Amino acid sequence: MSLRSPLSKVIGRGSAGEGVGHWWMQRVTAIALIPLTLWFVFSLLDSSLQSYEAMRGWIGQPWVAVLSLLLVLTLAWHSKLGVQVVIEDYVPSKGTKTTALLVSTFIHVIAAVAGVFAILRLALS
Amino acid sequence: MSQRPISPHLGVYKFMYTMSLSILHRLTGCVATVGFLVFVWWLMALASGPDSYAGAMQLLSSPFAKLLLVGFTFSFVYHFCNGIRHLVWDTGRGLERAQARRSGAFVIVAAVVLTALAIWFGCQAMGFSVVTP
Repeated sequence: MSLRSPLSKVIGRGSAGEGVGHWWMQRVTAIALIPLTLWFVFSLLDSSLQSYEAMRGWIGQPWVAVLSLLLVLTLAWHSKLGVQVVIEDYVPSKGTKTTALLVSTFIHVIAAVAGVFAILRLALS
Repeated sequence: MSQRPISPHLGVYKFMYTMSLSILHRLTGCVATVGFLVFVWWLMALASGPDSYAGAMQLLSSPFAKLLLVGFTFSFVYHFCNGIRHLVWDTGRGLERAQARRSGAFVIVAAVVLTALAIWFGCQAMGFSVVTP
């Protein structure tokens, strides 16, 4: 006799209640990062961006700022998901694992907010 | 509880280089995370004004920082190439052993060549000379 309810069987999730969402978002962010990172790296190879004024002026342009914002947010999200899996797989003790996951989450949120703030300041001031 | 079976016993498998490619994907991902934090720090320096940007660029041009930047570049490029390999696997293609070994070798070659190219063109754009001809 199964103790799982018919609804639980249909939804098809394990005891954690989720899992596909993590896996799926890791792929979605990975696919988004292919054009975003290629665009950013190739843009930075422009030798006219050597000075502070030139770099500031470049990032401040509307579409460059929008793509840079997407880059920072997608990088932060993808990185957060990846580091989470590494911590879950390799940190055996429950307390250390929870602490490490908390620290990773906080660092990623701080980095994302800082990156967004920096780009907005460059674009809007 | 202590008698419960543990898994997987990695030591019982014959070593294949595709195994090191697999762990290298996670390792380079973690290094790229540190690179991402440095990137955000650089953005904050740029947003803080010319003095802090000059300070950040000076810090980034030290020999040790350059070594780190080479490490970040390789990590990012490898993770990028092997990530595409993973995305292809997700579609159900390329999972046969011979195919996976071939794509693994291709990823290594691509990562090394693209890293060298990125460093070369990056130095040209920054006005550094890699080697004096």
